[in-house]
Amino acid sequence: MAKIIVVTSGKGGVGKTTSAAAIATGLALRGNKTVVIDFDVGLRNLDLIMGCERRVVYDLVNVIQGDAGINQAMIRDKRVENLHILPASQTRDKDALTSEGVEKILDALVEDFDYIVCDSPAGIERGAQLAMYFADEAVVVTNPEVSSVRDSDRILGLLSSKTRRAEQNRDPIKEHLLITRYNPSRVDGGDMLNLDDICEILAINLIGLIPESEAVLRASNQGIPVTHDQKSDAGQAYTDTVSRLLGETVPLRFHEYQKKGLLSRVFGGGRR
Amino acid sequence: MKLLDFLKGERKKSASVAKERLQIIVAHQRGQRDQPDYMPMLERELLEVIRRYVKVDQDAINISLDRDDDCSVLELNVTLPRS
Repeated sequence: MAKIIVVTSGKGGVGKTTSAAAIATGLALRGNKTVVIDFDVGLRNLDLIMGCERRVVYDLVNVIQGDAGINQAMIRDKRVENLHILPASQTRDKDALTSEGVEKILDALVEDFDYIVCDSPAGIERGAQLAMYFADEAVVVTNPEVSSVRDSDRILGLLSSKTRRAEQNRDPIKEHLLITRYNPSRVDGGDMLNLDDICEILAINLIGLIPESEAVLRASNQGIPVTHDQKSDAGQAYTDTVSRLLGETVPLRFHEYQKKGLLSRVFGGGRR
Repeated sequence: MKLLDFLKGERKKSASVAKERLQIIVAHQRGQRDQPDYMPMLERELLEVIRRYVKVDQDAINISLDRDDDCSVLELNVTLPRS
């Protein structure tokens, strides 16, 4: 039985797709049979981040409408065994994604896989609601920035009410906070919300902290999920995140500002 | 630059302003999260009824729904003017 994990945020541009790709890759690298599904119908991008955009033949909507089988639509990852990608459709028809259709697909996948990662679109419309509806766990991606934190709180409200687990009165979805684009230097300078403040405001368990990193753009440029770049801070931080998702206890890294030497501290105003 | 900041006296750091603003808005959002969709309408109509009898301000009414395990309590507070 696969665990269904939704990667969501409310706000756009905070790193949902990057995180979904990195987490799915990390889960598969750890030997779990994983599929990552793009729910952003009309604006698919997961295929680009995963580097398989030229191998897309069929998509999610084709499967829902019966034009293709699920195995025809899934793309095998070139780099990691056991990793599959199910791309979103580029159709502009907003009603193409149906609850019954999504349920049918997930039911078919749940038997064969260990993890199903759902990459949610931004916003709180149909695509986002369907991405979270069937989930067992949620990774809420948040930037240390006011609008992102507020939107994450809105999403938490939806997770606790507009999902299958909520409607059936089952155990609630396990909610995890993933802070991305964290800049310890700006936090130290007092111009960026620190992780304790964000955790306090949102009051959910922190699953990972990804530092703002040049490696992320480099990875998306090349279509190689950043988890593969184990020399980079972001790559290592995603690996840590995956370990925690798998239930391991891993100490937090990359959240502290590397302080300057004594001289620059004396002349730089000291610690704030 | 740092020295200048120091001489001018430390201004409040923007991150702590952000935190305060977020705490307020998130608390407000959570208050509305669990309330049924009819609450704003109910509030408006109750106020209308009360206003037929007493002259009260728009913000003199405060309505909330608290849920316990087995029942819900609708609490209505109206501040009436001294007559």
